[in-house]
Amino acid sequence: MQWETVIGLEVHVQLATKTKIFSGASTAFGAEPNTQACAIDLAMPGTLPVANAEAFRFATMFGLAVNAEIGKRSVFERKNYFYPDLPKGYQTTQLAEPIVGPGYVDLELEGGRTKRVRIHHAHLEEDAGKSLHEDFAGMSGIDLNRAGTPLIEVVTEPDMRSAEEAVAFAKKLHSIVTSLEICDGDMSQGSMRFDVNISIRPKGSDKLGTRTETKNLNSFKFMEEAIELEVERQIDVLEDGGKITQETRLYNGDTKKARSMRSKEDSNDYRYFPCPDLLPVILDDEYIENVRKQMPELPEAKRARFVEQYGLGDYDAGQLTADKFTAAFFEASVEVSGEPKLTANWIMADLGAYLNRTEQRIDKSPVTPALLAGLVVRVKDGTLSSKIAKQVFEAMANGEGDADTIIETRGLKQVSDTGALEKMIDEVLAGNAAQVEGYRAADEAKRGKMLGFFVGQVMKASKGQANPQALNELLVKKLNS
Amino acid sequence: MAVDRSDIAKLAELARIAISENTADQVANSISDVLALVDQLQAVNTDGVVPMAHPLDAIQRLRADEVTEPNQRERFQAIAPATQDGLYLVPQVIE
Amino acid sequence: MHQFTIAELTQGLRRKDFSSTELTQHYLDRIARLDTTYNSYITVTPELALAQAAAADKRLAAGDAPALCGIPIAHKDIFCTTGVRTSCASRMLDNFIAPYNATIVENYLAAGVVMLGKTNMDEFAMGSSNETSYYGPVKNPWATDCVPGGSSGGSAAAVAAHLAPGATASDTGGSIRQPAALCGLTGIKPTYGRVSRWGMIAFASSLDQAGTLTRTAEDAALMMNDLASFDPKDSTCVERDVPDYTADLNNPLTGLKIGVPKEYFGEGLNPQTAAHVEAAIKVYEKLGATIHSISLPHTHLAVPAYYVIAPAECSANLSRFDGVRYGYRCENPKDLADLYKRSRAEGFGDEVKRRILVGSYALSAGYYDAYYSKAQKVRRLIKQDFVDAFTQVDVILGPTSPSPAFAFGSKTKDPVAMYLEDIYTIATNLAGLPGLSIPCGMVDNKPVGLQLIGDYFAEARLLNVAHQFQQSTDFHQQTAPGIE
Repeated sequence: MQWETVIGLEVHVQLATKTKIFSGASTAFGAEPNTQACAIDLAMPGTLPVANAEAFRFATMFGLAVNAEIGKRSVFERKNYFYPDLPKGYQTTQLAEPIVGPGYVDLELEGGRTKRVRIHHAHLEEDAGKSLHEDFAGMSGIDLNRAGTPLIEVVTEPDMRSAEEAVAFAKKLHSIVTSLEICDGDMSQGSMRFDVNISIRPKGSDKLGTRTETKNLNSFKFMEEAIELEVERQIDVLEDGGKITQETRLYNGDTKKARSMRSKEDSNDYRYFPCPDLLPVILDDEYIENVRKQMPELPEAKRARFVEQYGLGDYDAGQLTADKFTAAFFEASVEVSGEPKLTANWIMADLGAYLNRTEQRIDKSPVTPALLAGLVVRVKDGTLSSKIAKQVFEAMANGEGDADTIIETRGLKQVSDTGALEKMIDEVLAGNAAQVEGYRAADEAKRGKMLGFFVGQVMKASKGQANPQALNELLVKKLNS
Repeated sequence: MAVDRSDIAKLAELARIAISENTADQVANSISDVLALVDQLQAVNTDGVVPMAHPLDAIQRLRADEVTEPNQRERFQAIAPATQDGLYLVPQVIE
Repeated sequence: MHQFTIAELTQGLRRKDFSSTELTQHYLDRIARLDTTYNSYITVTPELALAQAAAADKRLAAGDAPALCGIPIAHKDIFCTTGVRTSCASRMLDNFIAPYNATIVENYLAAGVVMLGKTNMDEFAMGSSNETSYYGPVKNPWATDCVPGGSSGGSAAAVAAHLAPGATASDTGGSIRQPAALCGLTGIKPTYGRVSRWGMIAFASSLDQAGTLTRTAEDAALMMNDLASFDPKDSTCVERDVPDYTADLNNPLTGLKIGVPKEYFGEGLNPQTAAHVEAAIKVYEKLGATIHSISLPHTHLAVPAYYVIAPAECSANLSRFDGVRYGYRCENPKDLADLYKRSRAEGFGDEVKRRILVGSYALSAGYYDAYYSKAQKVRRLIKQDFVDAFTQVDVILGPTSPSPAFAFGSKTKDPVAMYLEDIYTIATNLAGLPGLSIPCGMVDNKPVGLQLIGDYFAEARLLNVAHQFQQSTDFHQQTAPGIE
């Protein structure tokens, strides 16, 4: 049988506010345990929450970015369950009246295919603390620094049909929240966490199958692996005549295995009700318009601008604007070099490959926008051939200084000097008399192809430093004379 | 609505309160009495009435995003039942 | 000194008839000598009190001290007090030394008010008789075989026995007004949002409000001046100027329109209590008020709606008491579930557990609409009754509780009978309105309370109406037998 995969996502996005959603404690990552858990975060008796304005501004920005209706009235509710990382015994979240209503995100996939993923809603809520399971004489240790960190939980419709689509959506979401600067996007620190709802159904069916939820995936790679593994498992179960049970699953990225965490039957009755310590938050049109006006540029708008302002192709503009750091790098570099097309090529090819290989982020790249600009300028003015420029790039990455310094110390300047080139050409022609004869005897159509041989020989002799354009001109002149 | 001991067992689980076998019936009876009192609500017509979660129709004030809370871990953990290395200790959490 | 009202004590301090230190020591001595009978205090803080009194004496000597500087009072043990056990009368918090002050405690500290100690109460303010306290029941100074009312029974008994000239209290369904009635005191529950709830341990967040118990309306006005404040730490606290509550006390009542709801005089009201309330109405007529019969048609639904809403809120509010970060933790928990279940079973008393279970039920899947949502709709109907009434009248008058103080144990077996004690007070909490109780007579040598309900933020008017009554009567001046 042919199966179709149906995927919906719930994404927890940690907001980059300075303080918690309901207290004035810091949200900075990596502090000593419980040093950023104030009386409110610890649910000390008599303490009360007051909502953080910035969390609402960020959530509103997100809603506008995903083409959603903003909840002009949003209400916090209590979701009741006991867990040691949840100090109040309830999570303050939104249910019936969330801050972000239905919206959508358009994806571009391989082969130019596009796909719209609908957002069901997104709501504001507080993060929980962490349970550390290292052995404290058979006990767990609880760190509540993270408790109360603002999150938006983004819930999609079950619109994705493959791991590829789900990952593309996840990346797009990552690009949106980092462009808006409402989330640092650092997935290794849990700034974005994905829960994936997966079901399968016979191709052509419009009925949804029983789904499972794989929780807490914190990398695109794990997400892809977990989806593929789960789809495979579900197909095996159904093809063996079995049934899928609705359950929560955990995927382990190290062992590449998943396991069941709990089934629906023993899930909680959360007893949601409006939080009486917090009042409805009312946002008016003026507020929403002000937020819209002050919003950082979104990837799509930036892409259009890159095409317009820098004369880039749409594909290149899309690549450069996929994340805000790359876009910022590009703009900073072009500002210095004035060479958008060359800069774009260098960022997408050599810099991209280098950062990938060395697992570095572009905003932390040792080859800075200014350094790359220096290189690009030297390529443009003919000082460097593209081949030599690659050597200079590697040297810059190794911290050997800027392009001009490296060219100087390594003597890499391109040979454009006519005298020096002529000398090399004469030597090559003298050493390859037969080929010269052949060239001269050939008709115009064949000569073009034969020229390449001589170019290659001279380049070799110049150790790649010959200016290709100057070389070409001189060669043709000499051969035809 | 009357509740029986099996309902009480479920509620006790939800509320994480141990209720011994020999008091379950008594607890069920007293809760049934309270529910009988509140069941008077069922007789009222509330069609079209909006639920009122809050006595004043006030709206939430929002707080500026400024750090106001210093680290008071020692002070807070001085009254904790069990801590180690700055962490609160509980019996092993099994996920 | 203990015969004096707070108003008189502020004069005495300024005339230097006595110092705050002497006054404080006098009260501490009385507490040590007499409270073994009443059990009105859970914790007495003599050293702290004397240090605060000494500081107050300095401020008084300097000449520009705030009005209540040097006055000793007691705080209900529901208010967090830095460095002092704050138990909420529960085993759960028997070992809880609060790391911060409630905002109202801060307000009084700033005003130079001295804290004598923390008063007894029903556990987590759940009760109408003070019989649910982990620290044992409080005795009514008027009849020591009877309850003082609850949940602020310790504060009421302390003031009635002259073990404090005034005390703070809290009221979720009548917990200030009913003990005021049963102990012959003036008790005010302000409008919801008038007083900060920060540091007041929550029972039912949308109903809880702090107030005071004093001997006179004038003292209540003095205490209200420091109690009320805008507090940015409480989202539900209203940003609104605090008037001088003493300013209107002497306004004449000519033309005052008093509404008397017929539903407050039905079955269940003690006929002698009714007679005293009727007599009070006559007093008001003499003072120039006009009396209007009104109807609050949803009154009978207040208790049922309350016993869904309050337990629902408390079931979540009390989840934080889990034995992890503070408070009671059971011995040798065998696993996490055992830690939770036994700590909570052993730390909470029966009434608290009952309400948590009822609240969990009302919110659980399949019952939410029938119970919680329904109760919230009825709550709106109840509020609307009052809103309509206040288009016709200025204040509403009726009994505070159906009958005077009752004997210990007479209602403990039947929670529903106990809940009906608050039948006349609960509706004002659901609506968020201010309410006040003043003494208006005696039945079987036990005080009877008259309840006055005002429009939103009309505390000054209520205090004026109460004060004028006290200018024409002497019920508030009577003292319990044996209290010299």
